[in-house]
Amino acid sequence: MNEKTPNVGIVIVSHSPLIARGTADMVRQMVGDSVPLAWSGGNRQGDLGTDAGGILEAIEAAWSEAGVAVFVDLGGAETNSEMAIEMLGLPRSKKVSICNAPVVEGAVVAAAEASGGAPLSRVVATAEELSP
Amino acid sequence: MSSGHGRVSGVLAEPVLLMGLIETCRATIAANSEHLCALDRAIGDGDHGTNMRRGCEAVSAEDASVSALPLPDALEKIGLTLVMNIGGAAGPLYGTLLMEMGRELRAPGEKRDFPSALKQAINAVARRGRSHVGDKTLLDVLYPVQDALAHRLPLTDIARQAELAAELTAAMRAMRGRASYLGDRSIGHVDPGASSCALLTAAICRYLEESAPA
Repeated sequence: MNEKTPNVGIVIVSHSPLIARGTADMVRQMVGDSVPLAWSGGNRQGDLGTDAGGILEAIEAAWSEAGVAVFVDLGGAETNSEMAIEMLGLPRSKKVSICNAPVVEGAVVAAAEASGGAPLSRVVATAEELSP
Repeated sequence: MSSGHGRVSGVLAEPVLLMGLIETCRATIAANSEHLCALDRAIGDGDHGTNMRRGCEAVSAEDASVSALPLPDALEKIGLTLVMNIGGAAGPLYGTLLMEMGRELRAPGEKRDFPSALKQAINAVARRGRSHVGDKTLLDVLYPVQDALAHRLPLTDIARQAELAAELTAAMRAMRGRASYLGDRSIGHVDPGASSCALLTAAICRYLEESAPA
């Protein structure tokens, strides 16, 4: 009760650096600094694409002992995120979830939930309610 | 008559040959990079050739240090380098294939042969991509190649199997990856991932055939 638990972190992964960064900006505007937040967009050259190494760095940057929720756009982003999570290694990889939700809406809703101190499972569930 | 399986596992253990294989793969992808991009432009985002070339060049840049490692470690290192450099969906898929091969060949207490290690690695790729045979992916080349290897077909036949298998993906409807958004419009185009996989398989087979002791 007196020891404040950290809030769940949010990571945004898009093929486009502009989308990833723009979404992160929106999330930041919603929740300020109350939630650890990072993004990875594009490949290593800055072109459209995804990059497992960059995603791994983003997860590290947004790391929270309460866990991290990851939002991805198209297929390659998901596959590379899974790879990055695996590279994180146990036990931390168990605390990272890829959300089946739209990137922008999902990240914003998840961040709002996370800023209230919700556990990872609830943050993920809230975001995934957006998916049909 | 050449014995595919025996030769592949025997030859790969030679550091010099591993360097040669890395160079063969790099050169093959470099020579076909434009073609792979063209295939990818038809049903994907058009960068498969450049992505693969970047990955192969990164492996090539560390060929000496990689080749000095025991084979399982070398394969894992190559896999990781591919993941970190190819990007896109192909990075994790090719990376998983090689990393799992390494892990399988290292599996303690078991004497794994090359075809069975490859089979496990291909299954790991299928799990990673959540794909199956017939989904129009590199798996449609990997499975027939593994089968040919397990049946100890000569290397030249394995190479032909791979090339044929890649061509057969043209008739398939993509179920995974960017191409799947095209639905029926993906039919009639060879899958870029299947094509790079066949090119690499054929190049590796040719190289092993040529470097085999007479």
